[in-house]
Amino acid sequence: MTESVLQPESLAPPAELQRAPMSPAGRSFGWLNDKLTAFNEGRTPLWWWVLFLPAAFCAMALLPAMLIYKISTGVGVWGNNMPVMWGWDIINFVWWVGVAHAGTLISALLFLTRQHWRTAIGRAAEAMTVFAVAMAGLYPAIHVGRSWFDWYMFPVPTSNGLWPQFRSPLMWDVFAVNTYLIVSTLFWYMGLIPDLAVMRDRSRSRVGKFCYGLFALGWTGSAHQWHNFEKAYVVLSGLATLLVFTVSSIVGMDFATAQLAGWHETIFPFYFVAGAVFCGFGMVLVLLIPLRKWCRLEDIITLAHIDKICKMTLLMGCVMGYIYAVEFFIAWYSGSPYDAWVFGHRMFGHAYWYGGWAMIIVNASMPQLFWFKKVRQNLVLVFIMAVLINIGMWFERFTIIVGSLYQDFLPANWGVYYPTWVDLGVYLGTLGAFFMLYLLFVRFVPMVPVSEVKGAMPQANPHFGNGKGGRA
Amino acid sequence: MSKQTYGLVAEFDSPGTVLQAAEKARDAGYRRWDVFSPFPIHGMDKVMGMGNSYVGWFAFIFGAGAFIGTMGLIWFCNDYDYPILIGGKPMFSAPMSFVPSYILLVLGAAVGAFVGMIALNQLPRHHHPLFGSKRFGLASRDKFFLAIGANDPKFSEMEVRKFLEDIGGAHIELVEDND
Repeated sequence: MTESVLQPESLAPPAELQRAPMSPAGRSFGWLNDKLTAFNEGRTPLWWWVLFLPAAFCAMALLPAMLIYKISTGVGVWGNNMPVMWGWDIINFVWWVGVAHAGTLISALLFLTRQHWRTAIGRAAEAMTVFAVAMAGLYPAIHVGRSWFDWYMFPVPTSNGLWPQFRSPLMWDVFAVNTYLIVSTLFWYMGLIPDLAVMRDRSRSRVGKFCYGLFALGWTGSAHQWHNFEKAYVVLSGLATLLVFTVSSIVGMDFATAQLAGWHETIFPFYFVAGAVFCGFGMVLVLLIPLRKWCRLEDIITLAHIDKICKMTLLMGCVMGYIYAVEFFIAWYSGSPYDAWVFGHRMFGHAYWYGGWAMIIVNASMPQLFWFKKVRQNLVLVFIMAVLINIGMWFERFTIIVGSLYQDFLPANWGVYYPTWVDLGVYLGTLGAFFMLYLLFVRFVPMVPVSEVKGAMPQANPHFGNGKGGRA
Repeated sequence: MSKQTYGLVAEFDSPGTVLQAAEKARDAGYRRWDVFSPFPIHGMDKVMGMGNSYVGWFAFIFGAGAFIGTMGLIWFCNDYDYPILIGGKPMFSAPMSFVPSYILLVLGAAVGAFVGMIALNQLPRHHHPLFGSKRFGLASRDKFFLAIGANDPKFSEMEVRKFLEDIGGAHIELVEDND
């Protein structure tokens, strides 16, 4: 054996296969501090106002107006009618829950599996979760006809002695979505505490010092505090990871327990989790690709991050393709004429064939482009694909819900469903509220976790520089 | 308002130097001291002799309580107080009660972990004596601080100041407790 075979250089991958660095190597902690808080401390840029004002209009004017009109008049203002009693309200509920899931997967599951690249995008993804779950939670509350009886869903002792019916997955949903909102808010806020202390210590105005100081809770960064903080962070990550798999499973069971062809499938819990994560990765890309440029965070949220999210999206796209194939196969293999009818009409029905094709083409086929590095590095293309994924996943929920309901077992019941302007208004309102909250988040707190990124730097290892090396 | 001495605080430049300083403070026999850093330093918990954090127990107790409580609630609502027969299903069974109980276990444990972290860290507090120090704001930026408290049995200003100088601390400052 010649010596040259064992030379380490000969084992290094060729230049085109080497990975881009995930952390801004060679930068100091102080540089990171200034860089990551610069956007919060600088002047509000024009693009922020251009996006914020329409979003705030949708959230603060359109959404309340639509809600007042719907609640005071009744569900009839929506397009829901026999036989399609679940329309845009439930489609959007499932869609928003789905958007939330990738945030938790990135911030919690990737933390537990020690994927250090997630540090830079964890906070942004978790914020997406919190705001998306809040939007999701709104829909079931207004979908019930008489919203002033929403409190019936909670076990409150009343004079009529009735209790919630815990045999129904719809009831489980009440607990699952509320739990998801509270846990992801706690997780997000707890991660923010050290960074709010950073903002407090940097702030020069009295108002800033007071507000950041108030929410930083008097954090000093002592070793004892970090000790408990790290433990709590691990525990919360583990718990949030459980929620990635439970919340959408329960949403899936809402459908699977119904005796309806197109819904009555054992694959639904898994199907909904996979779809949720897939859709959420699309939303992460939609948010991060412009923000990393506009907030000047290209050194922190690098092309390598986008590349990794694209690969995760590709994986989930393949899972979606597999699930669609299983669904169609079972519809044929079960021999049930009702199943065959529903699935045949998904693709070739006269009313909603476009929804079925949208899910196959956009969700299962288009992500296959992510196999190519050239595609993953083309940010404009990735952004367009991410927007299309969100639309495709919306159509998937439309196909599942409306596509299964509009032709049920009795042909005399059949009918078609069209949304009304109130459906559209509520959806635009929640989109506006989501983006408004997200823009406020980006403006006022560090979008990238300052202390976590510092801790992931090579020189954060106490043994850095004395031969033992640091973690990259 | 009485003025008391909180302790002496010294500044270090890197996680490695403050970790070595902490080892020396431990070996010198100081008891009431703490290290302040912009991020958790690996190995510091061992040097400071901190065992496993009790946050896990908070999470466990809150979570277990929530699970058992929800099981009991479902039994009370659907089996004991107002039983309604639906589809011939049992009044109380694992499939109907496990999922909500499990969900609330997650909620209880998460609230427990958060409450535990806040309580064990003695937060929230509106002020800390160290916030009176001019340079301490850098503890959230890129500096590392080691503070030896005046309530340490071995504390004497002269000796501690000399000790902190010897272990390489810069900008040694006497911090007063104005509370």
